[in-house]
Amino acid sequence: MAQARKHSSRIGLRIAEHSTGMIVSALFLAPIVWTVLSTFKPAQEARQPPLPPWPTTGFSVENYATLNTFGDGLWLPAQNSMYVALMTMLLSVVVSVLAGYGFSRFRFPLKNLLFVIILSTIMIPFQSILTPIFLVLTKIGLHNTLTGLVCVYVTLQLPFSIFMMRNAFDAVPREIEEAARMDGANNITMLVRVMLPLVWPGIVTIALFAFLGAWNEFLAALVLMTDQSKFTLPIMMTALQSGRFGAIDWGAVQAGVTVMMVPCLVLFLLLQRFYIRGLMAGAVK
Amino acid sequence: MSEGLSACAGYKPGMSANSTLSRRRKLVGAGPRQWVGLLYVAPAVALVIVFFIVPLGMTVWMSLHNWPLMGAHSFIGLDNYWAILRDNRFWNALRFTGFYTVVVTIAIFAVAFPLALFIERPRPLTGFYRTFFFMPVVVGFASASLLWSWLLNVDSGLFSPAAFALGLTEKKVNLLATFQPAFWSIIAMVVWKVAGFTMIILMTGLQSIPPELQEAATIDGAGPLARFRAITLPLMRRTIALALILSVAGSVLAFDQFYIILRGGPRNQTLTAVYWIFNQSFVSFKLGYGAALSMVLLVILLVLSLIQLRLLRKPEGLD
Repeated sequence: MAQARKHSSRIGLRIAEHSTGMIVSALFLAPIVWTVLSTFKPAQEARQPPLPPWPTTGFSVENYATLNTFGDGLWLPAQNSMYVALMTMLLSVVVSVLAGYGFSRFRFPLKNLLFVIILSTIMIPFQSILTPIFLVLTKIGLHNTLTGLVCVYVTLQLPFSIFMMRNAFDAVPREIEEAARMDGANNITMLVRVMLPLVWPGIVTIALFAFLGAWNEFLAALVLMTDQSKFTLPIMMTALQSGRFGAIDWGAVQAGVTVMMVPCLVLFLLLQRFYIRGLMAGAVK
Repeated sequence: MSEGLSACAGYKPGMSANSTLSRRRKLVGAGPRQWVGLLYVAPAVALVIVFFIVPLGMTVWMSLHNWPLMGAHSFIGLDNYWAILRDNRFWNALRFTGFYTVVVTIAIFAVAFPLALFIERPRPLTGFYRTFFFMPVVVGFASASLLWSWLLNVDSGLFSPAAFALGLTEKKVNLLATFQPAFWSIIAMVVWKVAGFTMIILMTGLQSIPPELQEAATIDGAGPLARFRAITLPLMRRTIALALILSVAGSVLAFDQFYIILRGGPRNQTLTAVYWIFNQSFVSFKLGYGAALSMVLLVILLVLSLIQLRLLRKPEGLD
């Protein structure tokens, strides 16, 4: 009797737990789902409040097409964002793999000092040095260029990604290196052929963070990119949402937000393991 | 070339020419190949110097100047700093930033802690819940702000039309027109966006508590609340400190959501510190004054970092 009551109360608890889980999940997902569904409304309907969120007067991609009519169109800022994100990813990986290997495997003068200086840049907010960065970029002829923005983003990634890569290289046993050296491998061959296959999870993690960081960054892009043809997606969409191109077309804004969100969500869902790993590594430090 | 030498030093120690080398290697810890390491780290060091160290030094330098965007700049000593003392709007911005930081941090913890407790226990579907709660974190702050600026819009948005349709309000209320609803809307948006992040950090702390401790306490008759207070909280001290610091540092630097959703309004009541610096430097083009303001912000963040280092230090006898 008591047993049965205990059993049924446990089932009750299960149901309560899972309904909580589902309701809270729905709350967290709702804004994203609401936006994505709304973008497929015809322009006329997209101007109305999204009740219900899905299209009721027919499915349409009109909003994405309209988005292409503002300024230089959707394609250009999307291309700029993609270029900046991919280049930041590539350069961060190359620079941090080299530096991580250097800090892990070599002894040289000032090594510890340099490592501490690079890591401690994380304590200083880049928001407070944006003006001089702007002047430096002007000085070296990179102001208002996507390359200049990439350089800034890569520098911001370095403390995290060099820390990650040094730890990854530290975890590789020295015996593997000694063996390869006996077989006549030089430093570069060693790094590319022997070490890289062993540290690739770290590389995926720093590549992911570099891509997402550059894709989503707002303030530096807002300050440093003054020419409309150099705008990244967040800057372009904010200009659109502020009414810079006339009356605000919320359907187009939602389409732009969807274009900005989807790559992040897809990458996260595919590489969740690496994302959480990076979070832990960054947090535990 | 150089590693050829070191290979010799390492593997043919009998050779006379290398005996001094190998002895030195024992002393210094590495052979001639040590200098090669500098080449590997050179690109990273160059980037950090050009795009971080130099700008940092320039911030200090510029803060002592009257520095317009065009034309010559002139040395004015500490005048910018004296001007800050009288800049009421900056202190208002700083006060608002502090208020926002306290409120949003409490709100994030109030949501993230229960979520962390919820997903920490392994049960079916936990993985899915964790992923769903975390998804807003990977969306950028700018995207999230644009998304919510639509949801909060009075005509085409969701909240006020929905409240009106449900009969909760007599007319569509513009949530962004007055301070209170605008401020709490931002808090709701940031909690939605960030709670998953704090949740994951807290979860790692929870998982590092040995389950035997909880079991032993249960056998001793401790209820869930007593266990939470006597075991969970003390053992999570460092994790909580970490989550707290990350949340505080992030909030002190808040800009995107206030710029995109509120434009600092209504009536400039939601200008944050970074927003004010942005206005002074890139709207009014008072670069020297902006640099002096940046120095104040920088010192605040450095103090926070020092507190962080203190809080995260492992206490004697624990861990």
